[in-house]
Amino acid sequence: MSKHVVVIGGGVAGLEAAGWLAKAGFDVSLVEKEETTGGHINNWFKLFPDRRVSGEVKKYLDGISINDRVKLLTGTTLTEFSRNSDHFRLITNHGKELKADAVIVATGFDLFNSARKEEYGYGIYDNVISSADLEKMFRNGLITMADGNVPKKIGMVHCVGSRDEKVGNLFCSKLCCVTAVKQAIEIKENIPESKVFCFYMDMRMGGAHYEELYREAQEKWGVSFIRGKVSEAGETINHRIVVKVEDTLAGRPLKMELDLLVLMAGMEMSKDGRRVAELAGLRTGDNRYFAPEDHHFGANVSNIEGVFYAGTCTAPMNITETISHSRAAVAEVTEYLKSGLD
Amino acid sequence: MKQEGKKAIWSEYQKEIANDKYFYVRSCIRQNFFPGSEVAFLRIMREVLWKDVYEHPCHTTCSGIGYHGDVVPVDTAMTVVARQFALMTEAGYKNYVPSCITSFGLYTEIIEIWHHFPDVEERTRLQLKKATGREFEVPENLAHASDVIYKFRKEIAAKAKYKLVNKNTGEPLKVVDHIGCHYAKMFPSKGVGGAEYPYVLAGMVEEWGGEVIDYPERRHCCGFGFRQYLVQANRGFSVACSKEKFESMKPFKPDMIITNCPGCPMFLDRWQYVINEMEGKRYGKNNEGIPVFTYEEVAGLVLGFDPWDLGLQMHQTDCEPVLQKMGIEYDPDDKYRLDIRKSNQISPDLVNVRTR
Repeated sequence: MSKHVVVIGGGVAGLEAAGWLAKAGFDVSLVEKEETTGGHINNWFKLFPDRRVSGEVKKYLDGISINDRVKLLTGTTLTEFSRNSDHFRLITNHGKELKADAVIVATGFDLFNSARKEEYGYGIYDNVISSADLEKMFRNGLITMADGNVPKKIGMVHCVGSRDEKVGNLFCSKLCCVTAVKQAIEIKENIPESKVFCFYMDMRMGGAHYEELYREAQEKWGVSFIRGKVSEAGETINHRIVVKVEDTLAGRPLKMELDLLVLMAGMEMSKDGRRVAELAGLRTGDNRYFAPEDHHFGANVSNIEGVFYAGTCTAPMNITETISHSRAAVAEVTEYLKSGLD
Repeated sequence: MKQEGKKAIWSEYQKEIANDKYFYVRSCIRQNFFPGSEVAFLRIMREVLWKDVYEHPCHTTCSGIGYHGDVVPVDTAMTVVARQFALMTEAGYKNYVPSCITSFGLYTEIIEIWHHFPDVEERTRLQLKKATGREFEVPENLAHASDVIYKFRKEIAAKAKYKLVNKNTGEPLKVVDHIGCHYAKMFPSKGVGGAEYPYVLAGMVEEWGGEVIDYPERRHCCGFGFRQYLVQANRGFSVACSKEKFESMKPFKPDMIITNCPGCPMFLDRWQYVINEMEGKRYGKNNEGIPVFTYEEVAGLVLGFDPWDLGLQMHQTDCEPVLQKMGIEYDPDDKYRLDIRKSNQISPDLVNVRTR
């Protein structure tokens, strides 16, 4: 009889891990709190750096994870997590008991709630939206202000909830810079006559083809990049957004009226991840993400033998990195349970 | 504007405000700027709300004006503050209520320093003991006087003779609320409503019938900024700050401005005159100025206090447009006449029944 692995989380990391575990011959229970799998990828339209439609990635993940060996438990969360001498015992919110020989935690991330950066007025000013809201507009093929008009002057604030001591997030979310570049290009494609301004602290273009995309945004699309953090946003009587920025390259403060302000929300350890950490006694770091045993050699290894991590529950990652990290988690499980295959 | 977003933030920033038995400390500058305000606070608290408010004759400046003006070092400021607390302790009070926003900010900052660095608190205790022989307790409750009026805003509304409503149109008066920087910008959790969308004055305005205006330069400095004004060479910057605010609020057609800081009403009021002299520009309706009030003055007007008892004749920007809109009865001839027989008379129906 095959050994049984429970994967907690049905986003990119969880689906990839479940698929590869099944390929390796394990029986898998995939626990997902929502009614559908896919996680954040369901909310994104196109992906950086190649502008692949997110549905294609979801299709791939479904292809690999819809498998006789993978039992999908949607609308399910865990209420108990304990370990006996030879297996883990997990109880779901439906009262079902799951016995597992190993567990992969793939609880992912939460998008930073931009309303916590009160000075930007998200949830208060009509024309302040988040990067996720903009993505919905791309999906619907219509970028509009609250009154239905097409915005002509758009600002994008980088590092919302990242590298920010005030909100308790010292880390860089890594993906917001390139997301801003991608979205700036998409705005220009949709509204060619628009002017787009990106307000950044540093442009962190560390991934494959990111730098090229950044260059394209400037040279081909004329997106303006202003090095400075937006200090506050206000609303005019016409519901336009006034931002104050320090342009650190020009060395002067800048005030600008915009039609639409987009906040590039960062990533945070998910609420569900925190709950699982508490339930299972898994160690978290200063950044509140799960803390792997070793950042070089044990990036998937937790402080509990037989429990492994996959994806953005340990740190911000893009999809490519998440998939690699998940496959590495499966390798760790295989090594751990190597005597368990038929 | 989504009001529910603001309400969500307001609900996160609530603070405990003591209900009675206050040790009140005056501002070192307000009595020169708006001499009726602190008196109005005491009358409202004692005579209308029937609260125990104690003033010690020996209290001094908190030294905050010098601390924020870069001329008083923090150790000195802490010892002065410790002496103020010692007076409160000796008088048997535990709820400390400063009139000044900068004092409130300084007290908050120093209590926070002592909380994180107990050795600094011990050093301050030693310094105070050596210098004065006094000892002190840290207040159990620290609230700015505007917090206290905010706490009792509904009680004041229940006794109101006038509302912040245009008597002729029935429309709420449009009110700009300007909060002193040291109220919550340093410690957002210590202010009602937090730092970005403070509710302390907005709550009063709403309760008394007015409508608060949110304009782009709402957070901008009034123009005082301590060194902007205290250093003579910077005064051009001071007036420029005030002008920035007036230009920004003008499209919203405000009827009045309400403030809770000593410096803000001073500069928002006086600089309107200066700007008019310099540029022939006014920002209110009908080429008038925008009247500027302290929250005690507004509470007093709502309760039906005589405008001249409240000291409104000391304002550079005429307050009469607001008095007329609210339908307040006043005698223009009394504006600059200090008639002791008429002044300080409180309407008998305002006096709390328990005082009779």
